[in-house]
Amino acid sequence: MTDMAVEATATGRDQYRALAFRRIVILSVLAFALAVSVSVDMALGPANYSLTQVLSTIFDPATAANQLRVVIWDIRMPIALMAITVGASLSVAGAQMQTILSNPLASPFTLGISAAAAFGAALGLVGGVALFPGAVQYMVPINAFVMAMAAALFIHFASTMRGVSVETIVLLGIALVFTFNAALSLLEYLASEQALAAVVFWTMGSLTKATWAKVYVTAAILVVTVPLFMRNAWALTALRLGDDKAASMGVNVRRLRLTTMMTVSLLAAIPVSFVGTIGFVGLVGPHIARMVVGEDQRFFLPGSVICGALLLSVTSVVSKVLIPGAILPIGVITALVGVPFFFVLIFSNRRRAW
Amino acid sequence: MVALALQDVGAAYGRTTVLSGVTTDLLESGSVTAVIGPNAAGKSTFFKRIASLISGPGVVQLSDTDRGKKTICYMPQDTGANAVLTVYESVLLSAKQGGGWRVSDDELGSIDAILKSLRISDLAFKGLGELSGGQRQLVSLAQALVREPEVLLMDEPTSALDLHRQIDVLDFVSELAVRKGMIVLIALHDLNHALRYCQNTIVIADGVMVASGPTKSVINDGMLRDIYRVAARIETCSLGRPMVIVDRAI
Repeated sequence: MTDMAVEATATGRDQYRALAFRRIVILSVLAFALAVSVSVDMALGPANYSLTQVLSTIFDPATAANQLRVVIWDIRMPIALMAITVGASLSVAGAQMQTILSNPLASPFTLGISAAAAFGAALGLVGGVALFPGAVQYMVPINAFVMAMAAALFIHFASTMRGVSVETIVLLGIALVFTFNAALSLLEYLASEQALAAVVFWTMGSLTKATWAKVYVTAAILVVTVPLFMRNAWALTALRLGDDKAASMGVNVRRLRLTTMMTVSLLAAIPVSFVGTIGFVGLVGPHIARMVVGEDQRFFLPGSVICGALLLSVTSVVSKVLIPGAILPIGVITALVGVPFFFVLIFSNRRRAW
Repeated sequence: MVALALQDVGAAYGRTTVLSGVTTDLLESGSVTAVIGPNAAGKSTFFKRIASLISGPGVVQLSDTDRGKKTICYMPQDTGANAVLTVYESVLLSAKQGGGWRVSDDELGSIDAILKSLRISDLAFKGLGELSGGQRQLVSLAQALVREPEVLLMDEPTSALDLHRQIDVLDFVSELAVRKGMIVLIALHDLNHALRYCQNTIVIADGVMVASGPTKSVINDGMLRDIYRVAARIETCSLGRPMVIVDRAI
């Protein structure tokens, strides 16, 4: 045995403790960055308020001026919180899709859930078709949700069929993307000019339609699903070692994969139906988390939540400051902001990337 | 003391029977049994069936288990992993399945001890993706051993190891079997390893058990001719050990 080995043995436990501590520090720093980003997001807007004004209105709304309170609490805060809940949801959904399918390309976007939602929304915007009768004012998000869930359930049931491998699932998802995109193009071709504009805007993804009700729904789904995943943290991590290995460790692989897929479907469909196609977060959020805290789900899951939330929150800020006075569609900005950052991470971390 | 008995054990994927008729004498704790046979004979299926990872007819009976946890541990052949985990984490993961989030000093201590005993402590904080095939097999063994199994099923554990490591691992495992009172079954391709380390041998071909019993009686010229399709002799070397000498493929 080499001297190095002896030394490593003596400190293996301590090294592990240090590693875990480092990850907690990283998560804390990211959480702090998120808090800063959300504050800046709320401070930015056509009406010029200082950061101190904004913060005092958030923490002490009773003493704030009426106009300030309305702008912060009713306009900016739902958008800022929508950014973090949607970012967190899509990122967690992507993280678990990548985990259970053992594929770095899996995400709500690549599995066709976003494309299905866009098609559902377009059905409402172009043809006035309500997939769920009643609640006409919510026709577009409900249509999007119905189609997104349909796509997710299709993927889910396909994955339960005998002989369908995880690679096949990803292929099926990509086939769904093409199918729904083609159907969407057809609708766009047939649409009036006004409806076409609405569809194009919807598919770009936007936070400007955020309301407190939407924030509550998205947050509630997160609050219910994340603890479910956390409870299975060891088992989910084991899945990444391969099905046989996980099963030999006592994990019920089939059941875990199915329940996770069901939960993830909900987690992906809800935010997409509220804010439109924001594909990038679900793919990249978990990759960034994986690079900075590894794949132990006890760290990876909170990491994905925070990275997704931070990515979309920073994007929300950038979408406001890029052209002063205009709020650019967040789906577009997400990719423009995220891709260079993602490249830097990949090239600086080649050894350990997927 | 535990003992494992297999009676007419088979396995099926859906309606397709892939293994049938495996019956053995009582396998006792401390013993090492070789499972041999040509490629795709059903050795991995056999292991998965014993570990209850797939279902099938027959009885797998483990007697006198006094520990409550699941104690049959299958160590798969496929050790490839692209997970972003360190060796240490991957072994911890195996130890903690079904447990809480908190990791005690004792648990970490047992991981240190296992890595040390396999002489891979220096790999502890390397990523799984950085390991060679042989190193991965040793990590896989560590993941199995940390669960303290009473029955350890090793699927070609030496296939990616150099000669030194092969002997090292087999020495270690057979010594461990005796020390911990484990029952070890090893799928092997090298029949000289079977002759050297395993008291008993089970031969599987085309999904059927064709022979089972003491290694020295099971591995003979006739079996090598019929099952492996080679002309071979069993000769005793200068140290008195039986060795398989292959003359040619038939």
